[in-house]
Order: sequence, then C-alpha cells, then structure tokens
Amino acid sequence: MSGAVRVAGVRRGPARSRREATDRVGDGVLRGLCFLAALLAILAIVAIAYQVIHRASPAVSRFGAGFLAHSIWQPNFGVAGEGTFGAAAFLYGTAVTSFATMLLALPIGVSIGLYLSMLAPLRLRGVIGPLVEMLAAIPSVILGFWGILVLGPFLQAHVEPFLHRALGFLPVFGGPATTGAGLFNATLILTIMVVPIVASISRDLFLTVPQELQDGATALGATRWEVVRGIVIPSAASGVVAAAFLGLGRALGEAIAVTQVIGAGNSIHGSLFQTGDTLASRIADQYQGATTKTLVASLFYLALILLAIELVVNVAAQLIARRFDVRSAVSI
Amino acid sequence: MTGAFHPPAGMGEPPGPAAQMDDPFGGEARLAPERPTGPNLPGMDPGAALGPLARSDHLRRRQLVSRLVGAAQTAAALLAVAVLATVVYSVASRAVSVLSFDFLTQNLPAPPSGLASTSAPGGGIAPAIVGTALLMAMATAIAMPAGILVALYLTEFAGPRSRPAIRLALDLLNGLPTIIVGLFVFGLLVVGHHETGFAGAFALSIVMLPLIARATQEVLLLVPASLRQAADALGVSHWRTVLGVVLPAARGGILTATVLAVARAAGETAPLIFTCALFGTSVSVNPFGHLALPNIPVYIFTASEAADPNGFARAWGAAFVLLAFILLTNLGVRTLARGRSTSLR
Repeated sequence: MSGAVRVAGVRRGPARSRREATDRVGDGVLRGLCFLAALLAILAIVAIAYQVIHRASPAVSRFGAGFLAHSIWQPNFGVAGEGTFGAAAFLYGTAVTSFATMLLALPIGVSIGLYLSMLAPLRLRGVIGPLVEMLAAIPSVILGFWGILVLGPFLQAHVEPFLHRALGFLPVFGGPATTGAGLFNATLILTIMVVPIVASISRDLFLTVPQELQDGATALGATRWEVVRGIVIPSAASGVVAAAFLGLGRALGEAIAVTQVIGAGNSIHGSLFQTGDTLASRIADQYQGATTKTLVASLFYLALILLAIELVVNVAAQLIARRFDVRSAVSI
Repeated sequence: MTGAFHPPAGMGEPPGPAAQMDDPFGGEARLAPERPTGPNLPGMDPGAALGPLARSDHLRRRQLVSRLVGAAQTAAALLAVAVLATVVYSVASRAVSVLSFDFLTQNLPAPPSGLASTSAPGGGIAPAIVGTALLMAMATAIAMPAGILVALYLTEFAGPRSRPAIRLALDLLNGLPTIIVGLFVFGLLVVGHHETGFAGAFALSIVMLPLIARATQEVLLLVPASLRQAADALGVSHWRTVLGVVLPAARGGILTATVLAVARAAGETAPLIFTCALFGTSVSVNPFGHLALPNIPVYIFTASEAADPNGFARAWGAAFVLLAFILLTNLGVRTLARGRSTSLR
C-alpha cells in the first residue's frame, strides 16, 4: 500500500467511518460473546446446584436429616412400594475408601513427585513422567472393568488371605470375602486414580523449590533425604496439601469405577474386604432402576450431600493453592 | 568417594576444590560434633587432623537412610509404571481374541433375553464407535467455542474482580464429580422426556468446558505482548487483533487443549449413564432419536455389570479400542507439543 492511500484514510472518508462503525460493532460483539460465555460458566455451577437441590427436595422433606443416619436402602419397601432410603452406609463407605485412598496415594504420589523432580536421571524423567500421567488418562470405566475381572480375583486369592493372616488382629483386615469386590478393591482402584494427580502436582511444586536452598543444605553436609525432609518438603508443604485435597476430591467423587468394584453393599462392615458403597457409586449403581419418584429424589439427595462435600474440598484446595500461588489445574 | 577420606601421604594440604564439590560429606564429617575423635585430636598433629574425616557410624547411618528413601521413591515410580503396563497388557491380551474387522464393523448383538443368561458370541461394536465419535463431535462443537470465549474473556476483558470469580467457577466445574454433571443433565433434559444423544453430548461438553478454557487461557497468556502492541500501533481494532493476531498465534495450543479434552471426555461414563444409556443395537446417527446414541463407555459399563462371558469378551475389545484411541492421542499430542519449538504448548 502506498502512503497516499493511508493519508487518504486519515481524512474521514466514507470508507474510514464505515470501518470505524464495523469495528465498534465488532468490539462490542466480541466483548458481549466473551462475557456471555463467562457468565454461562458461572451460571452452570449455579444451575447444577439449583437442579440438585430442587430435585432432591422431595426426599429432603420426606426423610429430613435422618437420611444421613439410616442405612436402609429398600426401593420396594412399604405398602405403596415407594421405598425407604438412608445414606449412612454410603457416607461410611465414602469416608473409609477416601481415607484409605489418601493414606496410600499421598505417600506414593509425593514419592513419585520427589523421584521425578530430584532423583531420576534427566532422560528417565522425560519417559516416566508422561507414563505416570498416562495412568490418569485411563478411563475410569476401563480401570473398573479391570478391577473387577483381573484385580478382584487376584486380591481374593492372594492378597486378602495374606493380609488377614498377617494383620488379622486388626478388624479392618477381616476374613476374605466371597468375591474380590469390596472396599479394599475400591480403595486400590481409587489409589491408582489419585496417585498421578498428587504425583504430577507435587513434582511441579518440588521443581520450584529454589536450588540455592538445596545447595546450601548440601554444603552443610545434609544427605539427599535430609535436604528433602528439611528444605524441599517444608517449602512445598502447602502446595502438597492442596494437591492432596484435589486428589481427595477425585476419590470422593469417582462413581463408575467404584461402583464396578465395590460390590454394592447396603450395610456397614468393619472389614475392608466386605462390600459397601459410596455416595457416588450408589448413584451410578441405580442408573437403570431410577423409576419411582422417591428413588430419583433420594439419588439427588445423595448427589446433594456429595456436592456439598466436594464444594468444601475443592474450595479448600483452591484457597490453599491461591494463597501459595500453586498451579491449581492439573494438566492431564 | 574421593581421596579426602583416605588421605594420602601429603595429608597436610586441604582437599582440593574438586574434592569439596564432589563430596559434601567431607565437610559434614569435619563438622559433626558427635563423631568419635580418637586419640589424635585436631591440633596435636597436623597429619592426624584429617583422621576424623573417615566416615563415622552416624554419617553412615544417615547416608543409608537417604539411600533407602531414594530406593523407595524409585520403587514408587516403577510401581506406577508397572500398574500402567499391567492394565494395558490385561486389556490388550484379552481383546486379541475378539478383535477383527467384523468386530469393528458389525452391529451390537442382542442382549440376553428370556431364560438365556449369556448373549450370543460374535457381533461387533460399530454402533458404539460411531456413537462415541458423534457424541465427541457434538460435545466439542459446544465446548470448544464456549471454552475459547471464556478464556478470551479472562485474558482480554475481565477486570480484577470478575477474573477470580470466573476462574473459581472453572475450577469448581473441573472438580465437580462427573456423576453430578450426569444427574444435572438428567434432571434438566431427560426427566419428562427421554434419553438422547444430545443430552449425553451436552453433559460431556460441561466436562470439557473447564479443561479447554483453562488450558486456552494459559496459551493466550503466552502470546507475546509485542504482537499485540504491533497491532495496536497499526491502529487495528481490538476484535480484529483478537481474531487476526492473538487467536492465530495460539492456534496450536488451543488445538492441543481441545484434543486432550476430547481424549479425556471420550472415556467419561458417569455423565452418560443417566443421559445416553438406553440405546439400540444398530448404528444410529440421530442425536434426538427415541433411542440414545450407542457409545463405548456405557457399553463397557453395562457389560461389566452383567455376568455374561461373551459380553465380557466384547467389552475387552471395546476397552482396547477406547484405550488405544486415548493413549495414542495423548502420546501424539505430547510428542507434537514437544516437537514444536515455540513455547505455546
């Protein structure tokens, strides 16, 4: 373009004003669309909460807070066949599986994070890191399918009898169950899901610990583990806590794989080898039988409890992560 | 270990700089107060001063602990890789018996009916493959523009007060159990109507939206400010800058984010079991039809809930197809992203 054209453009010719008008409209439209999309993202959260509360309200008014204390789940109970429902067994199952999962996944995940950030040779890091993240990419339905057909029989035949023999004095390691399905299997499957989350976040955290601090400790004669224990972990502790909360959120909310391997039990057992159910897995379990209104409302009641727990856990994770400037989104 | 621990004849001279750098424990041994000093105290004999540099039991124990912990960390990493290998091998070895051209092109067999507890062997999963592809296409068509627009709002327009709120909403959406997303869409679109492919795709798009939005936002932040400034200097309006400069510069990263979100959502089952689980046995391409779209995740899920060996066999095959797609997609995206020299992952 020659300069003459531009100079002509500076004078407010008709083409110029037309383009200005287009630009005004274009700017407005783009801004409006973006704003709308952002608003929709916020509205989605509100709509989900509203929908869950709204659909749960029949069950809430019918069972009240007693829903949390009863462990009877009988869709065909009563004269009208409306059923009676209680969530106590599922609350227990959720608490036990999530707690046991974190007990396993936190040390394993942090260990992998330490290995990938400090110990592994550079060439191995580029291989093992992506492989660990691949573990998180396995769909839960495939992991659950594997859990019930491959892991379950193995646990039943080998691991559960062994644990019972060795640690049977603890009530959590009761006699082996008739099938491999149960809280223990669910815990292991959940651990497989949570470990990559904790591992990849904690690796990223450990990589941000200033090298000077570590070098200083090393120069003072600290061994590698003392550097980790005294410098690396304390520097990244809050981030590791945030990672643990994110992993916990995953463990609490996983429905499909858990429902496949936990055995859909209705009662509370002390032993990990018995069947049980979590809030999320019971919802998934009823996907075909959701016929009566009370049952559907009760499922939404379960979802409401789960939603409340998840909101607390997630907000806690975000607050910790924000305060300490941790990257909160796991890139998997 | 270097000679610092076993001083040669010329003991009086201090260890060289190389020895100090290679072996931090030399310093430690000198500093450790509780080491046994022996009869030759420092100062008595310049030659014996280095005697205590021999590793004490205390130091040896600390190094042993360090090494054991390191071994445990290595073992944890190997365990994770071993689990991945075991799962992939289990799926692949069990899928071999059913995988064939027919398996990929034939209709689903009829479910066991009447007194029979097992379905007929054979049959394929073509309807589920077509259905999953359609679901992903629809979900992407909803989630990708929405996700990009949200990301643009965050980077281009949002003020300091609205930005944290939107980011929190995205993080909460991301952390929401997908079963709740499924129930939400069930209450919104299915109750009073019937399960449809569209309902399933809508649920999947809610799962994909935060993934695409957050990843796109990070890519947009990486677009060099100089590009934007150049456009501003030329008097280009905001929307032309965004459409003509910013988005093209971030194109690769946005595509990567979308593909990863598709790979994640393709295996999601929980959003579908209440919205897109009642389907027929033949290929369907109508997202609003009376029967929902068949899809691979729900097919595997229902097969795993029934005690039907032939169903199990087909489910392993379907699992292999799905797993291969997801793992290869992840692998491909990572390789491509690493291959590109720009930082716009």
